[in-house]
Amino acid sequence: MLNIEDIRKDFPILSRQVNGKPLVYLDNAATSQTPKQVIDCIVDYYSNYNANIHRGVHTLSQEATDKYEAARQTIQKHFNAEKAHEIIFTSGTTHGINLVANGFSSLLKKGDEIIVSALEHHSNIVPWQMLCEHTGAILKVIPMNEYGELVIPEYDKLLSSNTKLVFVNHISNALGTINPIEDIIEKAHQVGAAVLVDGAQACPHVKPDVQDLDVDFYVASAHKMCGPTGVGILYGKEAWLNKLPPYQGGGEMIAEVTFEKTTYADLPHKFEAGTPNICGGIAFGTAIDYMNEIGFDNIANYENELLVYATKKLLEIEGLKIYGTSKHKTSVISFNLQGIHPYDVGTILDKLGIAVRTGHHCAQPIMDYFKIPGTVRASFAFYNTISEVDTLIEGVKKAKMMLT
Amino acid sequence: MTIEDIQNEIIDEFSMFDDWEERYQYMIDLGKTLPLIDDQYKTEENIIKGCQSKVWVHAEMKNEKIIFTADSDAIITKGIIAILIRAFSNQSPKAIIEANTDFIDEIGLKDHLSPTRANGLVSMIKQLKMYAIAYQTQLQ
Repeated sequence: MLNIEDIRKDFPILSRQVNGKPLVYLDNAATSQTPKQVIDCIVDYYSNYNANIHRGVHTLSQEATDKYEAARQTIQKHFNAEKAHEIIFTSGTTHGINLVANGFSSLLKKGDEIIVSALEHHSNIVPWQMLCEHTGAILKVIPMNEYGELVIPEYDKLLSSNTKLVFVNHISNALGTINPIEDIIEKAHQVGAAVLVDGAQACPHVKPDVQDLDVDFYVASAHKMCGPTGVGILYGKEAWLNKLPPYQGGGEMIAEVTFEKTTYADLPHKFEAGTPNICGGIAFGTAIDYMNEIGFDNIANYENELLVYATKKLLEIEGLKIYGTSKHKTSVISFNLQGIHPYDVGTILDKLGIAVRTGHHCAQPIMDYFKIPGTVRASFAFYNTISEVDTLIEGVKKAKMMLT
Repeated sequence: MTIEDIQNEIIDEFSMFDDWEERYQYMIDLGKTLPLIDDQYKTEENIIKGCQSKVWVHAEMKNEKIIFTADSDAIITKGIIAILIRAFSNQSPKAIIEANTDFIDEIGLKDHLSPTRANGLVSMIKQLKMYAIAYQTQLQ
């Protein structure tokens, strides 16, 4: 059992007021809040050992390098990667996806096929469209059903020896659906295709084991897992990372430079050109430690309680419809009030101190499927409470009353 | 009445409200009741995409004054549009070009005109001014 009141004390922001009301933060799928352990880590870095890494001979540089590489190992352990150099620091999920897309641009040829899912975030669609334009490869889409689940029999039909890559999110950001990635990965491998999984929405709720999943690439962002913004990771199997060309040129990524030829550095530095977000990487490690201390099983169980309670209470409101009703979902609820624009609901909720997301959640194809301009999305984290769910319910009722 | 007179009138009206709820309820009611645009003008080319809510604007010139009509799919946005139209419509191009929107701050709706709000209102005001500049050129 989690002691939520104690946990909440770790998050300074949760005690602030918004529009004169106590903040009820239910936009965790956009970004999570930061515990003081992570904030302290950031302060400690800039107060005590801020230095550039990997090349200095002085003490600060050595300390910063040690901590940065220790964070990489924490992350490696968390994701159960076989080797630390299979963890590439990025600026976030989108960067990781672009890095892989760019790498594949030299491996694909005309007529090759890439499969993406209908549940993707824009960041997971646009790079592949660009890649297809560039290489002449063809983009295919796994459709979804009315529950917001991928239609796996359709996926089976899309797979062929032409399939070179499959891209799917682990959990949908707009609807919270948990996708059957084990099955998707296994089937892709049967036709010799590589798989990249976008774990941005999954990592706050579950602990992915990349070896067990046998996934080729997995990307995540720190800021959705109690860490800072602007940092994330790309996990890639060593063999794949060796096969991909470097993404950006610059310092750190080279072994030797002459005017005739440059040899690239070994992994992971080959993909980490320039000075990285050193503090962010270290703080990411601290955030992962923090979440592991609370325990992902505890997190998942508690968040599921919040989800079940909130779903039940919301559905008691007449005219409220929830989008994404898969049995396999995380603590994300996308909904609309009949005849009311989500933007209006979000505006009233904000006035009541309740932070939700409104709009298409960068997943316009999903909104088109349901023929709606967007939804109101409430997403819960382990530091939210049943009483905050009640505040949300009262807020939605009030919005309905004012707007009808 | 000049734009400034109308704006002062709106500020007076809003000063009667005690809290945000009354202000918002008033805007919502404005949004609900007013027919703001003829359906024939709710076209793709009159749309201002604001990411979250859509805004349509139509302008025409009558007796050297510009008549604006507009609409939105979100009702609070529509309420604010009603207020903007009341201030800017049926005025000369020159008056519209010279007018400011400070009164929106004074009636407590400043957040809605923030460029990051993505509701289309900032672009809408730009559009009103662009129409005024275009019509002004025609007059000269």
